Amino acid sequence: MTTTYDVLIIGSGPGGYVTAIRSAQLGLKTAIVEREHLGGICLNWGCIPTKALLRSAEIYHYAQHAQDYGLNIEGKVTFDPAAVVKRSRGVSQQLNGGVGFLLKKNKVDVIWGEAVIDKPGQVTVSKTKKAAVQPQNPVPKGTLGEGVYQAKNIIVATGARPRVLPGIEPDGKLIWTYFEAMVPAEFPKSLIVMGSGAIGIEFASFYRTMGCDVTVVEVMPQVLPVEDAEIAGLARKRFEKAGIKIMTSTKVSKVEKKANSVVCTLEDEKGNKSTLEAERLISAVGVVGNIENIGLEKLGVKTDRGCVVTDGLGRTNIPGIFAIGDVAGPPMLAHKAEHEGVICVEAIKGLHVHPMDKAMIPGCTYCHPQVASVGLTEAKAKEQGLSIKVGRFPFMGNGKAIALGEPDGLIKTIFDAKTGKLLGAHMIGAEVTELIQGYVVAMNLETTEEELIHAVFPHPTLSEMMHESVLDAYGRVIHT
Amino acid sequence: MPINILMPALSPTMEKGNLARWLKKEGDTIKAGDVLAEIETDKATMEVEAVDEGILAKIMVADGTADVAVNTLIGVIASEGEDVKAAASSGGSPASPPKAAAAASPAAPAQAASAAPVAAATVAAAPASGARVFASPLARRIAKDARIDLTRVKGTGPHGRIVERDVRAAIAGGGPLAAPAAGASAPSAPMGMSDATIRKFFADGSYEEIPHDSMRKTIARRLVEAKQTIPHFYLSVDCELDTLLAAREAINANAPKDKDGKPAYKVSVNDFIIKALAVALQRVPDANVTWTEGAMLKHKHSDVGVAVSIPGGLITPIVRMAETKGLAQISNEMKDYAARARARKLKPEEYQGGTSAVSNLGMFGIKNFSAVINPPHATILAVGAGEQRIVVKKGAPAVATVMSVTLSTDHRAVDGALGAELISAFKTLIENPMGMLV
Repeated sequence: MTTTYDVLIIGSGPGGYVTAIRSAQLGLKTAIVEREHLGGICLNWGCIPTKALLRSAEIYHYAQHAQDYGLNIEGKVTFDPAAVVKRSRGVSQQLNGGVGFLLKKNKVDVIWGEAVIDKPGQVTVSKTKKAAVQPQNPVPKGTLGEGVYQAKNIIVATGARPRVLPGIEPDGKLIWTYFEAMVPAEFPKSLIVMGSGAIGIEFASFYRTMGCDVTVVEVMPQVLPVEDAEIAGLARKRFEKAGIKIMTSTKVSKVEKKANSVVCTLEDEKGNKSTLEAERLISAVGVVGNIENIGLEKLGVKTDRGCVVTDGLGRTNIPGIFAIGDVAGPPMLAHKAEHEGVICVEAIKGLHVHPMDKAMIPGCTYCHPQVASVGLTEAKAKEQGLSIKVGRFPFMGNGKAIALGEPDGLIKTIFDAKTGKLLGAHMIGAEVTELIQGYVVAMNLETTEEELIHAVFPHPTLSEMMHESVLDAYGRVIHT
Repeated sequence: MPINILMPALSPTMEKGNLARWLKKEGDTIKAGDVLAEIETDKATMEVEAVDEGILAKIMVADGTADVAVNTLIGVIASEGEDVKAAASSGGSPASPPKAAAAASPAAPAQAASAAPVAAATVAAAPASGARVFASPLARRIAKDARIDLTRVKGTGPHGRIVERDVRAAIAGGGPLAAPAAGASAPSAPMGMSDATIRKFFADGSYEEIPHDSMRKTIARRLVEAKQTIPHFYLSVDCELDTLLAAREAINANAPKDKDGKPAYKVSVNDFIIKALAVALQRVPDANVTWTEGAMLKHKHSDVGVAVSIPGGLITPIVRMAETKGLAQISNEMKDYAARARARKLKPEEYQGGTSAVSNLGMFGIKNFSAVINPPHATILAVGAGEQRIVVKKGAPAVATVMSVTLSTDHRAVDGALGAELISAFKTLIENPMGMLV
């Protein structure tokens, strides 16, 4: 006898597995297909293991500056690349196991293999053809295998993979993607990072802290191109102070491979060429959706620029087939995928849901210093013809920041001058990735400046700067 | 951990309903699948089934409570081995994962195609004065600046909270404005007399006051909306029924019988009328439409609503794709609809939508009347009694069975000549019923 699932999800990344758990909570019979690793890129090769690497770098940085805090470390602080990588893999493995546990606890069937949608309502799973990236986390126990599965609703959550530029194809040895950059046998002495989005800048930051000579090449005129220009400008200064070389409005036009190095031909906006040699090149020029080989073309599922086209509730043009997360288009962020998946499955269940408001999705970059933002940048707000009030508050004016020895940073808020609507918030400095959520909640509750000003922020915390930034937008700032 | 019972959404568009009555008492043992309570929506009463087992620890919303918003906590179940008192007092604590009660029948995990969260109407009925309005700070500020009366804006945020988009929609829709400041004058829709003014016409004690149930409120709201927003016009014709009556007799006489001698169907004149209207709409497809501000929705199928009078009101179940169905199928479907309508057991998807409708008062001897269009339809056919009349045939008086029908038409969607084409196609089919069979 064959089971017909209410919901079958293809891909167990943060979008897929969260959707599966929510689906099971709603009483729907749920299965999830995974070919490589529970938790997807995020947990195995992305968000999580890089945070572990960056934590090692952060502690190393503090240890080097122990004297600033009155501490003496006898002898030289050193690091062991293999041990740093091992810790990162351990973190990933622990959470990978956790996802397996959560799926089991919620009685979600895990099907191991590669899925192809034959038609709405039916998926064929066959042995995984893709060679797993090493080291691989163990395959969970008790999974279902190859076969034909029936499901009333199929959710595509196959995620994304690194974008490849022609002529600069990653080879895993000299030209790296995030996969290789995360598990180096040893740290290179020199490195070129192509692309200054979150992934590129985080690796630049990590390798620089670990003593590597790092150059970031960015085709756009600013680093962190999606961030507010003022914040990105401050970030650039801090990166350069840390010794990272930055070349904006510049592209890598050619790469020549040598025995243990690459020679990159760089071209600026005026067409001036130069060459730069380094041991390794990291290609971090974005990601593209995994829309191929899952049967979407044959079924006529509509795609646009490498992503599945969906409505606000994850529905594709084919009834019974849904898509969420990276494969359903930008912003390609784990938390967007999770939320999109929950909305999708709640709509399948028939609950009353609202489509996600993409203007309220925060973004975080864990470089040193950290960058976090939500909503419109100052430039975007002006582009929309909005009349705005902008508030700024520097870390230098905050007691906790000074006590922490983190006096560099800025919290910027942007309000609609007419209605007091919080349009955007942009931050740079220590721990700002943990602060941004306060503004996200405020935006979702549609608070105006009045409620934010009225709220009491605890002292002494970095969060007081969030209050002060709002006060500044309305000419009432205290500590500057 | 105690299990919260939430007000279920019985249809994708349902936002609130009345808690008609509890079928379990506090302290009762609950098994999965037990019917816990009855929920009354606009037009139907439905049962709420338990998903989990335990003991009904606390009833939070009492029998007969009106307008309970979807997802409101209505009760708490203590799981096995759990302290009932503790569970009861924990009711509503955010720590317990909310488990929506499953609606008995219509909650199949189907493609919630109609769950698209578009606010159909942005203007809600004015609530009792003094009731708290839930609105976001931003919504309040924008409403204040635009002088929008928030008590008459329908909220689409969590738990029906009014959010920015609701106020923006209300502004775009031109109102409802707050009471103008003294001296200023604002144009407003004509309002009926206040309840107090009306009561003053009658001596105290000379009447009994019967509170409106939700069906009565819905009828009032929808018909006011229909008559105020739809420019109606009316077309009447007489149809001769003799051929149809003979065909009906032959069809019913030939119905197969089961072992108790009960015929498989008994087709009524009304079934012919439903079928004829459905086929006529297919023959005049430009009249099988719905008006929207943005575009004309031209329907592919004839979904014919049939007004069914029930104690305390009426309801219009829809015979979907009626042009594709045989008379016997239509007949049996209508019998089922009528029976369940009287028991108020129709599901929302069975009475919402449709492209046209039939209202038949012939059985009361009504000769001719005009019906009010039931949005989103563009037409409705009012059917009078079939009666023997003297008609002129070939210059001489003759007796024929004649039925007068009147088509009410939404002039925004269907113009006079097009409406005439539709009703004349209908007349042709009624007078030559063989035309419906091909």
